[in-house]
Amino acid sequence: MAAATQRRPQRRWHWTRILIYAVLILFAIWYLMPIYILLMASFKSQAEALQIQNMWLPPRVIGFKSFQIAWFGSTEPPATLGLEQGFYNSLMLVIPATIISCFIGSINGYVLSKWKFRGADFLFTLMLFGMFLPYQSILIPLVVTYQNFARLTGIQLFATIPGLVVAHVIYGIPICTLIFRNYYAQIPTEMIEAARIDGANFFSIYRRILLPLSQPAFVVVVIWQFTSIWNDFLFGITLANTPKVYPITVSLNNIAGSFHVPYNVQMAAALLTALPPLLCYIILGRYFIRGLMAGSLKG
Amino acid sequence: MTQSAARAPILAAPRKRRLSRQNWERIVSILILLPSIIALGIFIYAFIGWTGFISLTAWNSAAPDFTFVGLQNYARLFIGGGTDMTRFHYDIRNEVGFLVLFVGGCLVTGFLLATLLDRKIRGESIFRSIFLFPMAISFIVTGVAWRWILTPGTEETGWVGVNLLLTNLGLGGLRSAWFTDPTVFYIQPTTPLGEFLHSIGLGFITVPALGYAAAITSIVIAAGWQMSGYTMALYLAGIRSIPDDLREAARVDGASEWEIYRHVIIPLLKPVTLTVVIILAHIALKIFDLVYSMTGGVSAGFATDVPALNMWKTTFDATKFAQGASIAIILLLMVGVLIIPYLVWQTRQEAQ
Repeated sequence: MAAATQRRPQRRWHWTRILIYAVLILFAIWYLMPIYILLMASFKSQAEALQIQNMWLPPRVIGFKSFQIAWFGSTEPPATLGLEQGFYNSLMLVIPATIISCFIGSINGYVLSKWKFRGADFLFTLMLFGMFLPYQSILIPLVVTYQNFARLTGIQLFATIPGLVVAHVIYGIPICTLIFRNYYAQIPTEMIEAARIDGANFFSIYRRILLPLSQPAFVVVVIWQFTSIWNDFLFGITLANTPKVYPITVSLNNIAGSFHVPYNVQMAAALLTALPPLLCYIILGRYFIRGLMAGSLKG
Repeated sequence: MTQSAARAPILAAPRKRRLSRQNWERIVSILILLPSIIALGIFIYAFIGWTGFISLTAWNSAAPDFTFVGLQNYARLFIGGGTDMTRFHYDIRNEVGFLVLFVGGCLVTGFLLATLLDRKIRGESIFRSIFLFPMAISFIVTGVAWRWILTPGTEETGWVGVNLLLTNLGLGGLRSAWFTDPTVFYIQPTTPLGEFLHSIGLGFITVPALGYAAAITSIVIAAGWQMSGYTMALYLAGIRSIPDDLREAARVDGASEWEIYRHVIIPLLKPVTLTVVIILAHIALKIFDLVYSMTGGVSAGFATDVPALNMWKTTFDATKFAQGASIAIILLLMVGVLIIPYLVWQTRQEAQ
């Protein structure tokens, strides 16, 4: 990026420059428009929200009632179940799942980049297919297994948070392994050879050399897993099956899907659901983009 | 290159009879990988096989029934007649329409934005962040927001969303029923073209299953809003990785900006384009959450039904497990046809 050398001098505000900026600004408006609509709807008072002909206009008075109902729900008709429970469920699900994913991905990536055995690449390709797998094709066996797991082992997986954690961790192994493997492949083998001559073994190489260098890869995996688990809907709606366990996306869909909930409450709920991954994006944007690149296989 | 170097000190170890340190460490490394391999072996490959088995049984009610029925469930989708067949044909029609417009739209938008952003733009990082942030949001949020924006409203109760905006701007003619539109564009048998096709024996293409459902456009708009910034990011990274002297050389040779794009940049971006197409197409095939939250999973005449949604509804709402499994397997095959050659190509490239 910085390598871009000075091109031939340009007249500063040539009409093509103006056109380029105009197009970019138009697109920026297009991308921001839904957020604008969400904000305008959420911050209106109940009475003002009813004036749908003004839905594109900012609120005259800023109100927080929509957020209050979206979060806590409301008992007065139309009775609404709030997002609160779903928010905590998602948090309880995302945190352990992300941490476990990181460590599994890291150790797998270490083996697959620095301890390649015969057939390792083939195995890795088989793993990668899991990144693209349409989950519909494993959903029925997954539900059947989960429903019968308690009877066979005494461990309740169906409709529990640990059950969702297990599903997200397992189906997250491919992408997490990929990110760490590609990252470790860049670490010079000479370093590892030198450590081996000094008597380091399999574990001490990992602990003393790779792990201290892994921070950027950890950040990428944390962001990736955090946003994709937070945003997941399919596993939530299929495996949770009770409001006590629903992740936030399912709660949101229930609020928005029941047509009697006022639209401003729906929009406030959508905004609250989008907030954690958006904050993650704003704070760690640089790494976020790196994660997206990793998602396309090549670094 | 680094990989073959990595192999050398560890694997080409001198042979020893007893369990040497190298061998011990090699066993440990495989043991560490083993839980993941077993987990994925079961949760991906065994489960796929299991789904395949279910798709060949008669389990089409809540109670499991593993009577073998061959390809009956598949036949019902393609040639069996009845709602299942009609619905699945419409799913395929919608999926094709969605895939083509979504992937095409994202490619064009993403490439355009990337080339514009590459022209030393002030505030480039702000623009980039604005274009890319929808990627961070759940498809459910996107669906909820766009359902509201594209709610049509009516003349009597008042227009809503985009229709309201269009009316206020004096563009009422552009109003649409958006995702609730039941219109299907297809060659009707009664039109001159339809009659001509009938007369030359091509009458079978004058059916709604080989058309385009207008409501799909709304799904394309919402999905494109979410994913075109991602396309832009991949293209921008690709453009930035092209050495500057290459363009400079073309410029010295008297090539215009257009020619530089046509003959230097676009050809060099081919691998990026391939990656983008594969990723977007597989997202398009798997699309479920967005349609579910935008339409509530129902549509007049299955105008916005897609295979992944049909599978979910058939399996978990209608408890027709075997029928659902057959849709899931077809979905898997479609994704596999796309992904497996790509993965093989990637692995070969890396090995070089």
